[in-house]
Formats: sequence, C-alpha cells, structure tokens
Amino acid sequence: MATFKDFRNDVKPNWCPGCGDFSVQAAIQRAAANLGLEPHELAVISGIGCSGRISGYIHSYGFHGTHGRVLPLAQGVKMANRDLTVIAAGGDGDGFAIGMGHTVHAIRRNIDITYIVMDNQIYGLTKGQTSPRSAAGFQTKSTPHGSIEPALSPLEIALSAGATFVAQGFSSDLKELTSLIEEGVKHTGFALINVFSPCVTYNKVNTYEWFKERLIKVSDIEGYDPSDREMAMQTVMKYDGLVTGIIYQNKEQKSYQELVPGYSEAPLAEAELKMSKEKFAELVAEFM
Amino acid sequence: MIEQLSWKVGGQQGEGIESTGEIFSTALNRLGYYLYGYRHFSSRIKGGHTNNKIRVSTKPVRAVADDLDILVAFDQETIDFNFHELRDGGIVIADAKFNPVIPEGKGVALYAVPFTDIATQLGNPLMKNMVAIGATSAVLDLDAAVFESVVVDTFGRKGAQVVEKNMEAIRAGAQYMKELLDGSKKTMKLAKADGKRRMFMIGNDAIALGAIAGGARFMAAYPITPASEIMEYLIKKLPDFGGAVIQTEDEIAACTMAIGANYAGVRAFTASAGPGLSLMAEAIGLAGMTETPLVVVDTQRGGPSTGLPTKQEQSDLLAMIYGTHGEIPKIVMAPSTVEEAFYDMAEAFNLAEEYQCPVIFLSDLQLSLGKQTVEPLDYERIEIRRGKLMNGELPPLPDKDNFKRYEITPDGVSPRVLPGMKYGIHHVTGVEHAETGRPSETAANRRAQMEKRMRKLEHIHFPTPVHKQLRHEEPDLLLVGFLSTRGAIEEAMERLEQDGVKVNHAHIRLLHPFPVDDVRPLVEKAKRVVVVEQNATGQLANLLKMNVGHADKIASVLKFDGNPFLPGDVYTKCKELLAQWPPLKISAMM
Repeated sequence: MATFKDFRNDVKPNWCPGCGDFSVQAAIQRAAANLGLEPHELAVISGIGCSGRISGYIHSYGFHGTHGRVLPLAQGVKMANRDLTVIAAGGDGDGFAIGMGHTVHAIRRNIDITYIVMDNQIYGLTKGQTSPRSAAGFQTKSTPHGSIEPALSPLEIALSAGATFVAQGFSSDLKELTSLIEEGVKHTGFALINVFSPCVTYNKVNTYEWFKERLIKVSDIEGYDPSDREMAMQTVMKYDGLVTGIIYQNKEQKSYQELVPGYSEAPLAEAELKMSKEKFAELVAEFM
Repeated sequence: MIEQLSWKVGGQQGEGIESTGEIFSTALNRLGYYLYGYRHFSSRIKGGHTNNKIRVSTKPVRAVADDLDILVAFDQETIDFNFHELRDGGIVIADAKFNPVIPEGKGVALYAVPFTDIATQLGNPLMKNMVAIGATSAVLDLDAAVFESVVVDTFGRKGAQVVEKNMEAIRAGAQYMKELLDGSKKTMKLAKADGKRRMFMIGNDAIALGAIAGGARFMAAYPITPASEIMEYLIKKLPDFGGAVIQTEDEIAACTMAIGANYAGVRAFTASAGPGLSLMAEAIGLAGMTETPLVVVDTQRGGPSTGLPTKQEQSDLLAMIYGTHGEIPKIVMAPSTVEEAFYDMAEAFNLAEEYQCPVIFLSDLQLSLGKQTVEPLDYERIEIRRGKLMNGELPPLPDKDNFKRYEITPDGVSPRVLPGMKYGIHHVTGVEHAETGRPSETAANRRAQMEKRMRKLEHIHFPTPVHKQLRHEEPDLLLVGFLSTRGAIEEAMERLEQDGVKVNHAHIRLLHPFPVDDVRPLVEKAKRVVVVEQNATGQLANLLKMNVGHADKIASVLKFDGNPFLPGDVYTKCKELLAQWPPLKISAMM
C-alpha cells in the first residue's frame, strides 16, 4: 500500500520558505495515503498562481490549467473517469475572483470532487495586490489607500449556493487539515475546503500568529451540528468566518453523477466508441 | 409540369409559421423530392415577421432560390416584405381575414382564402396553418392524403381526433382553393419524384449525429443561436451510450470541461457561435499547449459582438485560425454540405486524437439551420482512430520518473496516456514544459518543444481538403468559397457557363493548415479568381493570397447583410467583375 512518501516527487517547490502551501501539499499527500490510494489513482488539478503549482509537486496525475478554470477542468476529468479521485486546488484569486462563477456553479452542480482553496488573502505570484478575500482597509500595491471593497465570505457563499460539504482548515494544523481532506474526498459530491494558507512575503496582516489568536474549531462549540445548515450559516457569520473543521455536510443529497440519466457506471473513458448498425439505423430513421 | 418550386410561408413569430413549413416540407420530402429550407427569424420569441422559404425539386438543391412561385401569407407584412421575390406568374395565397392587397403591375395572382375562419369553424383557429397547407396542395395538385403521415407524427400523441381534425382542415383548405382556381391555369403541378425516403435534417442534426457516430460521449456547452440544437440532440441521445452533457455556466467552462474530459480519455467536445468562441480562446490555447485533443464547433452567425444573432455570416474564419494568444498547432475544417458535416464531424475526433490538438469545426448559420434532404449516410465509412493513445499495461518507469508525455518525436506527436494508468504518471501544464511535462524555461527546451508541437501538422492527412469541380484545364474564372455557399456558387457556375464563361469551382474544406498544394495549381491555371464569402473584409480571399499569392488576379464577392447568397447574387456580381476586369474595386459588395 502506498504511503505519503509515495506521493512525493523530486521537484523542489518554488514557494517561499514558510509558505502555507507546503502544509496543503503535505496534507494532500497524507490524506491520499490514508485513503489507501495509489498515486496513479489520484488526479490533482490546479489553477494559476503560487498555489497552482501544487499539482506539479505531488507524485500523481496532475494538470495545471488556466487561471480561474480549475473547476471546469476538474469536473471534466471526473465526468470522464468516475473511478479517479479528483482534487482541485487553487488560490483565493483563482477561485473567488476570476473563477467565482465556476465556483458557485460547481458547488450547486455537486460533482464528486474535492476543491481546496489556498486562501492567503492576497495575490502572491504577481507580487502583492488585493484579493477578494482581503479585508476592507487592507493596503497593497493595488490598494495603496486601503481596499475599499469588503472581503467576500466563501463559506457563506458556499452555504447559500447549495453546498453539500463545506470545511475550513489552517496550514498550521496539519492533522486537522489532513482529516478534512480525507472527509472531503470520502464525501459523495462536491467538497469545498477553504484553507487559511498564509503568505509570508506579501501579507503582513493575516499571519500565522494572527490566525492562531482568532481561529476556533467548530468541534469546540457546544452542540455544533454540521448537518444543520442554519447553524452553520449563523456560526460563520458570528465568528466572521474564522472557524475551522467541517462546517456543513449534507450526506443525503445525491451527487451529480448519480442523477445523470443513463450515465455509465464504468468510467466513461472506457466506453465503446462504435455502435451497432441497427442503432445507427434507428437514429437515422428519426430524420426520415 | 414543373421540376422545381419555390414556396414561402410568412407571418408573425410564434404563430406557427415554423410548423407550417415543417409539415409541408416533411411531407414533400417523404414523396422523394429534394428540399432546401431557410428560415428568416429574429432574436425574439413572439412577434416580428418570420418566414420559411422552401425549395422543392426533383434533383438535389443546396441553395435558397432566387425567386418565389408561391407565397403563403398570414399577414399583410408578409406580402409587403416578400412580394419583390415573386416571379411573374407567381401566386399569393393569403388569409382573407386581413383583407390582403398586393401591389399592382406584376403578373402575380392573389387568392384570399379564409384560413382562420375555416379553422375556427372546424373547432380551432390554430389550425389555420393546416388550411394554408391544404390550399397550397390544391395549387400543386397534390392529394391532401400526402400530408397524413406527417400529421399523424405531429399530432398523434394528442389522439386520433386531433389528427382527423387537422386532416379535415387540410382537406377544407384544398377544397376552398380548388373552387377559387376553378377553370384557371394557375396550378403548378410538380413532376413526380422518385418516391425514395431520404433523411430531412438541419446541419446541426448532422453535426450532432456525426459526433455520436465519431465516438463523442461527453459534451459541455452553453446555449446560443445557432448552435443549441447540437447540445439538445446529445442531451436526448447520449444516455443511450452511457454519456452525458453538462450545460455549463458559460462557454469558458464548457470548453475547459471538454478539455478535462478529453485529457481523461473521453471523446468530448463543445459547440457554440462567435461570442462563445471568443470566450473560449484562452482554453483553446491551453489544449494546444498541453497537446490535449479537443473538438470545438463554431456555427458562425452575424458578428461582431452580439451582431446579427439569427442571421447568416462567415466572419469568424481568421479568428478561428489565429484566435488564441501565442502559437499552437490547430486544425480548422469546414464541410461544404450537410452530408460532409456528418462525416467530417466524426473525423474531427480522429484528427484531434491523432494530432493531439484542437480541431475547430466551422459551420455557418445557413448550413447549421437550413433544413434539407440528405443522401443516405453510411455508418460503415466511420472509422475510430485514436493515434498514439497507449492501451494495455505500460512498462514500469524508474522510481518516480514521469512518463514522457511530451517526448520529442520525428512527427511531433508523443505517446499519450490517461490518468488512472499505472506507470503513466506525468505532469500537464500550460507553462512551457520538458518531455516529462515538468515546467522548463530553458531556451533549448523551448525551441525543442515549440518545434515539436508545430511539426505535428506538417504532414496532416485530411482526405478531401478541397471539394473541386474542375471542368476546364485553363478556366476563365475560378470560384472559391467555403461552407454553405456551395449551392449558390454551383448554380451561378452553370449560368456563367451558359454565357460561355469557362468556370472551375473550389470549395475549401480544410482552412488550416491551408492546403496549399491542392489550391495553388487551381489558382495558377485560372485567368481570374473570385472568392465568394459572407463577410465584409474578404477573409478567405486574404487567406488565399497569403498562402498561394497571385493577389493581382484575386477579387471578392462579399455579402454581409445577414442574408444567404442567392445563386443570382453570385452570377450577377461575377458578371460585373468580369466586365470591368481588372477590377477597379477589389470587391463587389452585395
């Protein structure tokens, strides 16, 4: 059986020392091993930005696509081969700015993939501009007088878009993050995992310390029930989104694949490409 | 006895004009006539003038007729808008309800038939369309019974009584018209057709059927005119094949999802029109860079921007060849008939996998939506070729090595593996990469990979890159076109020949890479070349000049008013150009 080391390769990440993304990489590798996957059974699909490089740093199938389009790519992969484990990964700019339209619709479509957002509240690879996750007043090269737009709340958006699995993790808590990814992969349907993954170079506000002082685990909240959507929404609003753990999970809702009429039980990639002469004649007859 | 008939029905959109044309033409198709229909419609659901012009012939026809024999009008606007098309001796059959009038001074007869009143008396004013069909059948001296099988197919599920009522409406219309015609010589009896049952379909049907025949099992698309029928057909039929269609949030998602599915081994595609293709440009570049097979259909319509969304145009050509940033290998193909649309669409999936690159399958509104009789399609001709896709067990790789998905090869095409295959692990990225797929920015690697990618299309095998009709060794004129203009060009060619002009015709089916070796000799041997295309800048003419030279003898006939070329347009403009050659102006616009 594969161990987390089998999911490592010899490529040296070009992330800055101390970047939160290292933990996300490690957590994916550990989760994959814990789930009993072999490297060839996993496809990591990633977007563009520092975080987007992650698919190249894991020994598995990987596709590094275009900016903001990680979810369409990953959904296409899963539709083609339902036996593959598909993990999509990207940054907050990728998922909540340029790719926000896809994020909302992937959530409501509920195809069985796991989406990890490495949320550092800034644009790193372009060297420090504001992100949709930057708080109002946040000063960057693109907002020298402080951002005048409020930060959006991905958890609230996901909950209102009909998400069936919403979780949030923190790069400093590898154990929890690994477990969240495992649960996300096991969830039958679309799993969103937002991860606070600090940028040590350009974000001097939302640092590891900053999060440590503020984050609380939903499991520490008395009576928290992740199957209760209303409670999830209220909790996220009450703590301004600074909570970790499985925020919400709907285990009843069927995934997209389970609902598509006629969709092949076997991977579509193995489908027969020819048809019988009789079938063709039947199709043609409808035009006569 | 006539060999050919041009018939048009018009009225307000949402009034059943489409189904009137549909029932009339389907019945005639079933008698063995060749049909060619073109709908004039607007980008709205109810209201606004719409018409359906249908050509009926004992021989194959591929163009809208220049004139009109019969106009069936449900309102005065239809008469006002279309009267100029009626030939001398033509007939207007109009609903008596609106007190129709026709302009004087043309040898056209008007027959007012109470379509609505007869239908109302029979119990449902909506059956006025059936009364109109009946009136037409009397002019054509056709027995009302020929419509019965179509009426059964259309209304059968509503019960035998509804079928009978509609038949009664047809018979009543026929009877009324017969009495009006009594004694006059206004009937237009069609010569008997061969009675063969042939397919009757729009180009989009053929494209959709071709996709399934070619092994497409997944489609992602966003609704748009004039492409949506392709998606709708696949939504209906793919469940029979285990496949699926996703209606995405936009065209970027549609194209990217199709790339993801192709990467994972399914023959997947998307279909859209100009605005959608503009959005897909970046994704098409990704497919080119990552050497992922991809088929994208572009059913061209009037551009730019929202342009003329329900009208004919061919103005996406150069954008489809060059429209992504950077340089990628790409195939751009354009069938010249509905039959070719079927075969070429199936072949597009072979080309995409063999050359591991995007294939743009061009259509245009006239080809995509024009409904016509189609010769039998031979499924035996469809091949499935998957190029260098590996199957079976792969040999183990040295520890943690990537499979060389981008191996430098003499033909530029590398072995392809799919996610899920053991020992096939590799990276895929839109960043410049080495043979293993890992990012590399070295100058040597960049050259090697760029050359490898561009090498793929140097020896592309495309069965018939040019449809040629070569009657003369050294013609006075070579007519060049692509897509749906073929019929109009062919008919213009016949008329020019009758005038003593020696004409050859080349219809380009492979636009990129341009079939230089096929086209150059045709241009060299012709005294003059006229490129007929539906855009304002002469995109195909420019492509021709760029690839084969001879700019001094190439002129254009352009039409970009939203309407299809009529044979007469091509004929008249060619005559004008030939009369003033060398042309003072480079193009003769319609």
